[in-house]
Amino acid sequence: MKMPAPDQKTLSRRGEIARAMAAIVPGEGVITDTDSLRAYESDGLTAYRQIPLLVVLPETVQQVSKILKWCGENQVRVVPRGAGTSLSGGALPLEDGILLGMARFNRVLEIDYHNRCCVVQPGVTNLAITRAVEDAGFYYAPDPSSQIACSIGGNVAENSGGVHCLKYGLTTNNVLGVELVLMTGEVVRLGGKHLDAAGYDLLGVIVGSEGLLGVVTEVTVRILPKPSTSRALLLGFATVEAGGQCVADIIGAGIIPAGMEMMDRPAIHAAEAFVQVGYPLDVEALLIVELDGPEAECTHLLDEVMAIAQANGATTARASNSEAERLAFWAGRKAAFPAVGRISPDYYCMDGTIPRRRLPEVLTRMRALSEQHGLGVANVFHAGDGNLHPLILYDANQPGQLERAEAFGADILRLCVEVGGVLTGEHGVGVEKRDLMPVMFDAVDLAHQQRLKCAFDPDLLLNPGKVFPTLHRCAELGRVHVHHGQTAFPELPRF
Amino acid sequence: MTVTPDTLKADTLKAASDAQVVEAIAWAGEKARRIEVRGAGSKAAIGRPIEPDLILDISGLNGILDYAPAELVLTARAGTPLAEVEAVLADAGQMLAFEPIDYGPLLGGTPGVGTLGGLIASNASGPRRLKDGAARDHFLGFQAVSGRGEAFKAGGKVVKNVTGYDLSKLMAGSWGTLAVLTEVTLKVLPRPQTSATLMIRRLSDMQAVQAMSLAMGSPADVSGAAHLPAGIAARTALGADAATALRLEGFGPSVVARIAALTEKLAAFGTPTVLDEDETAGLWAFIRDARAFAGDERPVWRISAPPMLGPSVLASVQAELDTEGFYDWAGGLIWLAVPDSPDAGEAVVRRANRAHGGHASLIRAPAEVRSRVAVFEPETPALAALSRRVKASFDPLNLLGPGRMYAEVIGEASGA
Repeated sequence: MKMPAPDQKTLSRRGEIARAMAAIVPGEGVITDTDSLRAYESDGLTAYRQIPLLVVLPETVQQVSKILKWCGENQVRVVPRGAGTSLSGGALPLEDGILLGMARFNRVLEIDYHNRCCVVQPGVTNLAITRAVEDAGFYYAPDPSSQIACSIGGNVAENSGGVHCLKYGLTTNNVLGVELVLMTGEVVRLGGKHLDAAGYDLLGVIVGSEGLLGVVTEVTVRILPKPSTSRALLLGFATVEAGGQCVADIIGAGIIPAGMEMMDRPAIHAAEAFVQVGYPLDVEALLIVELDGPEAECTHLLDEVMAIAQANGATTARASNSEAERLAFWAGRKAAFPAVGRISPDYYCMDGTIPRRRLPEVLTRMRALSEQHGLGVANVFHAGDGNLHPLILYDANQPGQLERAEAFGADILRLCVEVGGVLTGEHGVGVEKRDLMPVMFDAVDLAHQQRLKCAFDPDLLLNPGKVFPTLHRCAELGRVHVHHGQTAFPELPRF
Repeated sequence: MTVTPDTLKADTLKAASDAQVVEAIAWAGEKARRIEVRGAGSKAAIGRPIEPDLILDISGLNGILDYAPAELVLTARAGTPLAEVEAVLADAGQMLAFEPIDYGPLLGGTPGVGTLGGLIASNASGPRRLKDGAARDHFLGFQAVSGRGEAFKAGGKVVKNVTGYDLSKLMAGSWGTLAVLTEVTLKVLPRPQTSATLMIRRLSDMQAVQAMSLAMGSPADVSGAAHLPAGIAARTALGADAATALRLEGFGPSVVARIAALTEKLAAFGTPTVLDEDETAGLWAFIRDARAFAGDERPVWRISAPPMLGPSVLASVQAELDTEGFYDWAGGLIWLAVPDSPDAGEAVVRRANRAHGGHASLIRAPAEVRSRVAVFEPETPALAALSRRVKASFDPLNLLGPGRMYAEVIGEASGA
């Protein structure tokens, strides 16, 4: 993975930069010794590592503002980091860049039940928000599988999803406002406890911008009342086609389940061997459908989904009759990643989205790719929204296997785009899928995105080397091409 | 046939292809001409009036390109009439869940007119906004031509996607000032099987937002929460007592159960009556379209505020102006009709709103008033500068709707 060439001048100024940072963040807020820096050398995408120039851990928005202003004036690159759980390398450090750790922004600032929102600092974990409000019967809906560790600031950067996002939306649909520090040190507020923006929806652009536009120092999220009942169904099918048709028929019946997850045969077997919860082993597709709402609704829909499953020839069809049973249905799915980790020394988690109707074809072609690359693959699938997580099995200690796994992964993502889908449903582009961006977007598409970056960060100092395969200087991107006298219509065109 | 532009005042070009949109913008760039992009023109009277040299009519770019109900995704050309899309969705038992407002009644136009492009450009929404979001939350991807005269795309055609910046959000609510949308992909959702409304009468505004907050904080899954003070309620079939309305939608057995649960929850506020499906449809269309003010010509503001502060915003304005208002979004959306005046009460409205956070937009006013006052909430200097840089990144020559959202920089400078 090629990162922007380090600036030698910055490297030679390391001592001076550390002193400037220490003047802004006193105490133990600046880390410079190599052993301590090593803790920050990678995020959840551990295949890539880089020791940062130094780490700064600010505690106040004023400090963040001063740091960014100083770095802007001194042309020093900055990589923001939340909890470091990114699966796409969004927080991969730069050799010549300051790693800006936001972990000390860890306070819940306000819980406002009447307006149904929470104001939190970005280092607060996703799950901590739910923990803070659950006694009052509320929760924060987006629930990425790393929710125990990942921070809300990171969720904003990546627009994180989770198993409930078909019904309750992604981060972007659940964030009401942010406080944002620009590379100039300017502090702006976008949104708040009210809905929608007055001018351009910059809040909507910040969410999912992967730390390239500004540093978020405060987040206002919407909280929801917890549904009174949750029930789950476990449905097994002899073919992927039957499972896929069942999903389509459930949605066709007007039912949007709280969660709808599918696993393929290798994933089912790995999960059952790990947690032994009674998953059927003779099926090609296993579906977990979760329904939530008032008890009357759950009971009603449970019957409907059961009938749809049977009409699609389900060979296993069980409904949870207790909370323990519901959790057991989920236990295998939630443990799917570590379960796959048990049967393979390493696995590489992919994250494409496809139109759901193309699922059988995609899985068939993925099996062919699996043979071609000589590596196994297990699939877990957010079936409701078409978000596919193929887990590629490999052994990093075998020479060449990591490269083969990456090549296999890239082929899977190209396949997702080819059938009308996208490169990433919820993990982000980061460094991982950066060089695949041209598969989905042409140069003009990418230039329009990069110019937006220039509007926020004209010197490309914030998290460079992520998302975009080529760094174009803003002056070059900004050039306007007016073809004087050469357009097709010298006078007013008439169509 | 060509016409010399110097002899024209706002000629109209009807584009029949994306390529023609590219050509028109390239022409405008060369000649430094201002463009107003228009679908059905149903929202042309919103925003600061501009004097375009050219109206770029995209209503010819129409038609649904792909719709598979089970995928919950619809792709159509930006000029496709909303009514056509809604009819096709209804046939499949689906809908646009953000419940877009029909500005026709309020703006004195024909009801039911509008295009998908206009829906996005105005970030339309309705009562269900508080549960399911606005157009922005359902806008998955697009093709467009930027002010650079370049065709580009962003987003995707699947419901879950984080590939690249979410430019769809930026286009939603940009009023045609960044790019001309030519194709849009929207998330669609199942239409509820049935609906009902719980109605509590004679609450004060403050009691009403408390009742609505209690309801929204319960698991009853309320999909609409509005309060009509007595004078407004009198314009509905409900009669002249203040009316607090809570809408429940979904499967029959679920709605029945939630009516019971919510009735019990709200017992302290009185015994609610229940409106049936037809009455519910009529009432919420009245609220969605601000039809309470459809019959007159007073300036109308639309204010978004923290829900519990709605009554305080309205009371602050009413302390200084003879106004009428009502609440949607559990108190967080205030529709306000003010007496006709040279500034449409802007100073008072902004003062009342600014104390509480949120933003106010002047939705209906004579053109001369809209050219005089800030139609949309003024931004802080840092934010305004950022917005200008964003605008310039898509439209560096300022060809698309210049000044529609905010006065041009040049205008501000010369006025100073």
